[in-house]
Amino acid sequence: MSILVDRTTRVVVQGITGKEGAFHAARCKEYGTTVVGGVTPGKGGTTHEGFAVWNTVEEAVRQEGANCALIFVPPAAAADAIMEAAAAGVPLVIGITEGIPVADMVRAKHYLASTSSRLIGPNCPGVITPGQAKIGIMPGHIHRVGPGGVVSRSGTLTYEVVGQLSARGIGQSTCVGIGGDPVNGTSFVDVLRLFNADPETRAIMMIGEIGGTAEEDAAAFIEASVTKPVVGFICGQTAPPGRRMGHAGAIIAGGKGTAAEKMKALEAAGATLVRSPADMGATVGKVIGR
Amino acid sequence: MKVHEHQAKVLLREFGVPVPDGDVAETPARARDIAQRLGGRVVVKAQVHAGGRGKAGGIKVADDAGGAEAAAKQILGMRLKTPQTPPEGILVRSVWVEQASAIEGELYLSMTLDRARSTHVVMASESGGMDIEAVAERTPEKIIREWAHPALGLADFQTRRLAFGLGLAGAAFKQGVTLIRQLFRLYLAKDCSLAEINPLVLTKDGRVLALDAKLNFDDNALYRHPDVVALRDIHEEDPLDVEASKYGLNYIKLDGNVACMVNGAGLAMATMDIVKLSGGEPANFLDVGGGASPEQIENAFRILSSDPAVKAIFINVFGGILRVDRLAQGVISAVRTLGVTLPVVLRAEGTNVEQGKQMLADSGLPLVMAEDMGAGARKAVELANRTSA
Repeated sequence: MSILVDRTTRVVVQGITGKEGAFHAARCKEYGTTVVGGVTPGKGGTTHEGFAVWNTVEEAVRQEGANCALIFVPPAAAADAIMEAAAAGVPLVIGITEGIPVADMVRAKHYLASTSSRLIGPNCPGVITPGQAKIGIMPGHIHRVGPGGVVSRSGTLTYEVVGQLSARGIGQSTCVGIGGDPVNGTSFVDVLRLFNADPETRAIMMIGEIGGTAEEDAAAFIEASVTKPVVGFICGQTAPPGRRMGHAGAIIAGGKGTAAEKMKALEAAGATLVRSPADMGATVGKVIGR
Repeated sequence: MKVHEHQAKVLLREFGVPVPDGDVAETPARARDIAQRLGGRVVVKAQVHAGGRGKAGGIKVADDAGGAEAAAKQILGMRLKTPQTPPEGILVRSVWVEQASAIEGELYLSMTLDRARSTHVVMASESGGMDIEAVAERTPEKIIREWAHPALGLADFQTRRLAFGLGLAGAAFKQGVTLIRQLFRLYLAKDCSLAEINPLVLTKDGRVLALDAKLNFDDNALYRHPDVVALRDIHEEDPLDVEASKYGLNYIKLDGNVACMVNGAGLAMATMDIVKLSGGEPANFLDVGGGASPEQIENAFRILSSDPAVKAIFINVFGGILRVDRLAQGVISAVRTLGVTLPVVLRAEGTNVEQGKQMLADSGLPLVMAEDMGAGARKAVELANRTSA
């Protein structure tokens, strides 16, 4: 078991003829993921670096049974690509694209609510279930199969914790990057709920960051509903207010969204807090008795 | 992206939001001419990208053109220090001269994204003015909110609720409704991340006016607003931030002495945190992005080492796909080309790690290798403090 993606996932890559799209489609396929092909409007019927190319997501669904869309479409057209995947009935849409205008995402998220699709991201590294499917830009080789569920707003910081876990012999059930944008498709709460119900996941590592209140919502959910141990880390403890730290969502505004508040909320909810990012892997080891 | 008050007011006027008549001046003589044209009492306001100008002496009322000239003389060229500026303040290069308004009441109106609801929220309060943050803190019930529909926008009944909530009546109510509707149109049309009118005033002769105006724009949407991009004033930005943005580097200067060079925003923040936990102070936030090409590494080095406070550089890169041998090549060439004499601590994970480490060892440069980010941070802090002492 795992969450969101596994051996049966069939991926269509939107924006496959772009540099990033083509490169990462090949890396996902190498890992063992079933990549059925890609979509680039106007280039349908051709092949690109060995992948079939369609004009629409709908064709990929009809012809190849695609059930997951991985999006590398440039920011100006990415929100539309997300809606196209949802309209085609793709149940899981993973948006890698960074820099989508906020107003576009507000509309796209509203549109998605009228469909049965789930969006992960945007501006995220994707989702990986080690040994089964890698759908995103994360380095596959650092992952191991195992009991740790990882959910994070950040990309490379997720690789850091995975590196620490694997070095200790602790594998991962699934790792989910929910993205660093202020409007995203899937929240910490959504992923925590899935991990809590997944028999293979024994402990959950949650990496939050400054800005917004998603971590506070997660804390409330952990307290009310999560029965598995949760280890939490919040980055941006030293970030000054009013400055946006790279991610569009990472900003302390009007005194709200500080790391201190989020850490307090998580600790009060019963999560084990990690102060130093160097101790994330060891702390997960401790809570699962390794 | 931020713009000046005078630029925001021009946009407001374009969208039919009433603002006091006025114009921008870069010299006292020009301020005098504007005041002459306007006639009567005027307000002279420092144009900087920071709030709290009034309390800091950046806003002055003048009775006539001569007074406006004198006020402009005082304000132009001063370094304005407010709680929102860097400690050394911001140099005032222009003033906005506008007709003084006879104020009956100060209200508050703003629009921004509500992340929790993933849609735009409009906030209004009868208690506008300088202490709106205290109002939000102590009496949050005095701020009313209406959430725009993500696709349909702000409905007329919502606009009316907001205008009634502002305590407006009669002709002023009608003006208020139009003003809120037009400001929301501007907010959407220009991809604003914030539109804030504080204070929105009711004048003694019954008009509703935007006395101040703050507009921020979504950086991700600037590509479709060349008119907004043209308003950028790089004088208001830290020169090192501006330099970094030219090379696709995300850099924010801080006050410490341990420079950090990291790939990815989350890991960059976590690196700042671990430097602090190791007893040091980070000198910056720097995200070199996913690629970290040799050119980017070199530019990043140049920017980091041009900050005189920096005593050590900590490179923390977790790539996976990133090739450590290429990173090593970039570091070696940057250190040689730029003649960097500061101690450099490097922690890197990714492809070809061993090869990269060998290249660094063979280079003969004083680079310290670290096994993990904890050890790297400790070494960087130790070296920075030794250099400082």
